[in-house]
Amino acid sequence: MIEVTTDPIDAQALKNQLCNPGAGGFCSFEGWVRNENEGRAVERLEYEAFEPLVLSEGQQVLVEALQRFPYLDARCVHRTGLLEIGDMAVWVGVAAAHRDEAFKACRYIIDELKIRLPIWKKEHYVDGDSGWVNCERCAEHGRH
Amino acid sequence: MSASVKTITVRYFAMFREHAGVGEETLRLDVATAKDVYEQTRPRHGSKEPNGHCKVAINEEMADWSSPVNDGDVVLLFPPVAGG
Repeated sequence: MIEVTTDPIDAQALKNQLCNPGAGGFCSFEGWVRNENEGRAVERLEYEAFEPLVLSEGQQVLVEALQRFPYLDARCVHRTGLLEIGDMAVWVGVAAAHRDEAFKACRYIIDELKIRLPIWKKEHYVDGDSGWVNCERCAEHGRH
Repeated sequence: MSASVKTITVRYFAMFREHAGVGEETLRLDVATAKDVYEQTRPRHGSKEPNGHCKVAINEEMADWSSPVNDGDVVLLFPPVAGG
């Protein structure tokens, strides 16, 4: 299951949802807002998502992970809107019978989510400038 | 499919939307494929990226750049993504 939210992510509540008597291991990944990127001091981040396709493509990623690394249950939540330094932007959790599947499925899910889901990240810098990540050449007025 | 003039609703996201100044617009375009839509709307979204660096969806389903577009389609142009 994948979800997009503007609310703060409650990792403990999400983990509790994955409790399963058949699980011998649980692995999670949390993506946090960092205070710098490529040498520039970052003040906050702004995430934008096209939710219908985040949900359908994200579900496809979870299915692929299940086929490759059979797990018992997995969840992912991605935030949108304005986030401050230290905020959690994404959470991925996987419960599996054994740790190997939990680690590998979790890694597969976060790696694929980052390159496939229609989510964009705008950095607001301490110096007042801003810019879309991965998009330096996207448009003539890419940074403003 | 050969190119012909079609009514296409184009949706812009993130940087593309900021450049275009609108989230979507309906245009009459002489196009056959999703790539044609991307190329012909460059003055609107302002992208200097090759289409391969971006993604496209047609009527809310992920599509290939070679996918045909039909009259009345909604084409969603996605700049390079950066989730996580």
